[in-house]
Amino acid sequence: MAFHSEFTKGIWRENPVFRIVLGICPTLAVSTQVSNGIGMGLAATFVLLGSNIIIALIRKGIPDKIRIPAFIVVISTFVTIVDLFMAAYTPGLHERLGIFIPLIVVNCIILGRAEAFASKSTVWMSIADALGMGGGFTVALTIISSIRELLGNGTLLGFQVLPDAFSPAVIMILPPGAFLTIGALLGFFNYLSNRKST
Amino acid sequence: MEKLVVIILSVVLVNNFILVRFLGLCPFLGVSREIKSSVSMGVAVIFVMTLASICTWFIQYYLLVPYKVEFLQTIVFILVIAALVQFVEMVIQKVSPVLQKALGIYLPLITTNCAVLGVCILNIREDYNLLETIVHGFGAGLGFTLAIVLMAGIRERISLGKVPQSMQGFPISFIIACLMALSFFGFQGFFSHS
Repeated sequence: MAFHSEFTKGIWRENPVFRIVLGICPTLAVSTQVSNGIGMGLAATFVLLGSNIIIALIRKGIPDKIRIPAFIVVISTFVTIVDLFMAAYTPGLHERLGIFIPLIVVNCIILGRAEAFASKSTVWMSIADALGMGGGFTVALTIISSIRELLGNGTLLGFQVLPDAFSPAVIMILPPGAFLTIGALLGFFNYLSNRKST
Repeated sequence: MEKLVVIILSVVLVNNFILVRFLGLCPFLGVSREIKSSVSMGVAVIFVMTLASICTWFIQYYLLVPYKVEFLQTIVFILVIAALVQFVEMVIQKVSPVLQKALGIYLPLITTNCAVLGVCILNIREDYNLLETIVHGFGAGLGFTLAIVLMAGIRERISLGKVPQSMQGFPISFIIACLMALSFFGFQGFFSHS
């Protein structure tokens, strides 16, 4: 029961990107194609899962004063694993995500969850939290990158979806389009929750 | 010399860290409510970026490469940046209480600023030498400051206007950033003729 609610809160109620507005940098930078978005989401989820488990395991042994550096070491270890793994098995994706793979280290979502959740909770709950938050991040990336790829290129996951008559709005896969998409989406979600509460 | 000018112009205008590369968006949105605090943040970022670029360059070429442990880059760099920020904070506290008051709360925020780690990694990926690294780090900070101060100026004005309830706060900030990115896009063709 508790596991389930910790898991679902990350997907929607406390979605890291849409509700708390964290981890915006990688979200905007890699969301030019759906495949990039999903790849980034899964990589971040793996790091989040690993770091949450380890931090929940050793949380009693970490002195309070140096907890942030300790968290960062744990997180960057997992980032290095992901980095090397992707370089070996998905070189194309690794190339496209580029500098944003090492930058998962400073993704506020991961350090935020370590500080706010894993350092105070059991391993089991931390796994639920990591899967939920990582899932929420992946969902958000997928939504944003679908919109951008569809409007900017007329394709989804590389397959042509819109007819040839549609002339792609290239601006959507350029940097300004990223800001426009997330601004409009956040406004839309605010509108939905405002309407629900009144 | 020409290359240095190209680096600084390109990192400030053409490849602006915030508006084109999407690095350092958290402080960009968090500390851009008024011009005064955004200037302080910008100065702190310029300072830390330049210093971090120099430190990590030396570490990369005198420590990681000779011992063939380049894969530790991410771990080492982020620790060095965290330690550096802490150190700078202590030095400023001792040397200049005035500066401490102005930059104080912004320095800790910089540790998790992806722009700082980003600039260090880019220095290595672009194979810059020491001088180019310094210029690149400084220029990246300058570009960050330019974007955040412009943003703060616009947000100060827009706080007086009427924004629909759903668009207040983050959404409208992103729309502003979109328009800024669009105008910075005009610099894109800058170096195509050279």
